[in-house]
Amino acid sequence: MDGVTVVFDGFRALNNLSLIVEPGELRAVIGPNGAGKTTMMDCITGKTRPIAGTITFGERDLTKMDEATIANLGIGRKFQKPTVFDALTVFENLELALKAPRDPLSCLRWTLTGEWRSRIESTLEEIGLAERARDKAAILSHGQRQWLEIGMLLMQDPDLLLVDEPVAGMTDAETEHTAKLLVGIAGRRSVVVVEHDLEFVRALNCKVTVLAEGALLSEGSIDHVQKDERVIEVYLGR
Amino acid sequence: MSIAVRPPAPLSLARLGLRAGLIAAMAALAAFPLLNMLPADNALHVSDFLVSVTGKWICYAILALSLDLAWGYAGILSLGHGAFFALGGYAMGMHLMRLIGPRGVYGHPVLPDFMVFLGYRELPWYWLGFDHFAFALLMIVLVPGLLAFLLGFLCFRSRITGVYLSIITQAMTYALMLAFFRNDMGFGGNNGFTDFKELLGMPLNTSGARASLFYASLIALVGCYLLCRWITGTKYGRVLTAIRDAESRVRFLGYSVTSHKLFAFVLSAMMAGLAGALYVPQVGIINPGEFSPSNSIEAVIWVAVGGRGTLVGALLGAFTVNGLKTWLTSAAPDLWLFVLGGLFVAVTLFLPRGLIGLLQKVQK
Repeated sequence: MDGVTVVFDGFRALNNLSLIVEPGELRAVIGPNGAGKTTMMDCITGKTRPIAGTITFGERDLTKMDEATIANLGIGRKFQKPTVFDALTVFENLELALKAPRDPLSCLRWTLTGEWRSRIESTLEEIGLAERARDKAAILSHGQRQWLEIGMLLMQDPDLLLVDEPVAGMTDAETEHTAKLLVGIAGRRSVVVVEHDLEFVRALNCKVTVLAEGALLSEGSIDHVQKDERVIEVYLGR
Repeated sequence: MSIAVRPPAPLSLARLGLRAGLIAAMAALAAFPLLNMLPADNALHVSDFLVSVTGKWICYAILALSLDLAWGYAGILSLGHGAFFALGGYAMGMHLMRLIGPRGVYGHPVLPDFMVFLGYRELPWYWLGFDHFAFALLMIVLVPGLLAFLLGFLCFRSRITGVYLSIITQAMTYALMLAFFRNDMGFGGNNGFTDFKELLGMPLNTSGARASLFYASLIALVGCYLLCRWITGTKYGRVLTAIRDAESRVRFLGYSVTSHKLFAFVLSAMMAGLAGALYVPQVGIINPGEFSPSNSIEAVIWVAVGGRGTLVGALLGAFTVNGLKTWLTSAAPDLWLFVLGGLFVAVTLFLPRGLIGLLQKVQK
């Protein structure tokens, strides 16, 4: 992202923000409410269009593409509020997310071959929901829904995962499981995590970017940014 | 560890009962024209009236089925599905009008009566080809399909959903009604088409023709049902329900929501057109009243009463509500609209999953 600016009714949600995430990198993005964290994700995934700046993914410019095109390029997003498809089973949710032809006719002709099946099964193992494969997503707990959504991201086989507040409302054990899950995913794919929970960010043990008022405030390890005067200022409001 | 994956849906008693009931109902319907041939004093005799009225209901059931595919699965609440039904009906009507030939009241060799009356010199270009059954059949599905494609493309691409889309579809059917009322549209204006003589060489006012149309409708119903059942069982069907429940999430998964919705909407409109085409020769008339918004709303009520998103519910609803209507409009004509409105309110409040939901609850 280079020099990205987004304006909502005169309010600068993102102000000349530049950010580089390396392939395979795990990055945490923190910042107070209204810092522009979610807007940043909206820009990358095509939900919001910046008025200035460029967003490139590999060689491609994302600012002109729609959501579906960007998703098919290999950018997956998990929303703040988990949205899984309640009427479908856990397995079917993953099957829908599976990277396969997505036009109506291909979907009509679709049959699940053994190779796909084992990919879904291994993802079920990875997110710890193998036992729940045949249950409707509607009856999952909050934490399980978050994991299912991360699993759906994995099925898309993205090069970049954007994960918005994955541990909000989770128990400590669930938070720990989620951190392990994300650390395990990084390396193979780039992962950007937006989070409020600093303990969780510490558990991720990665480079941290701090946003404030739509702009980059500080960058570095968690210990580094926590000592940064300006970070302390925006968080404590001195 | 391996997981048994998506086993065939457990054949619960409820599901088995429903399936058996459905097959039994279709078999009973199929027997109607045969029982009609029994002497009138036989206890099993089915009257002409009952055969013709159930023939109509079968067409309504196809319409309900098509609406359920769009609304119950893809979440597209169309309040204008009657327009597709009527367009299919008009396409069939045009064919039937052409088949009258010189037998009209004015005895014109080519022009239908209403055209002679309105001073037409020759057949308008858009009437050409309708003398061929195959061409008419094509138009029966193509015209509603094309309209659905245009409307759907514009709406879905602009992400018009929910109540806004419903209002637009409602406005569409209303606009078409006003247009078809005009004499210079070339569709018979206010009076529409009637006085049909024959179809496929078969005089229409015979019991043989009635039975044939009845069976054609029943076969179309079973065909459409099986088609919808298959579609909703595929991954495409699951994409549709996913769109219904969380449209933008589906978009972020990389699906083109527009094309998936469009496919379902066009297919649904084609089915509605087929239903209208089967309906018109059975009732012997088509006029702009078929475009009336209340017809489309009634179709929505059938599906809601039966239970949407189940297909069987759409059939059950169409037969139940229309049965009630036929009975009440003769027993207590003033009451019908109140009953219909009350039914909709009651179902919305107390039976969100319709009669099918009630049946499943009772069986548990």
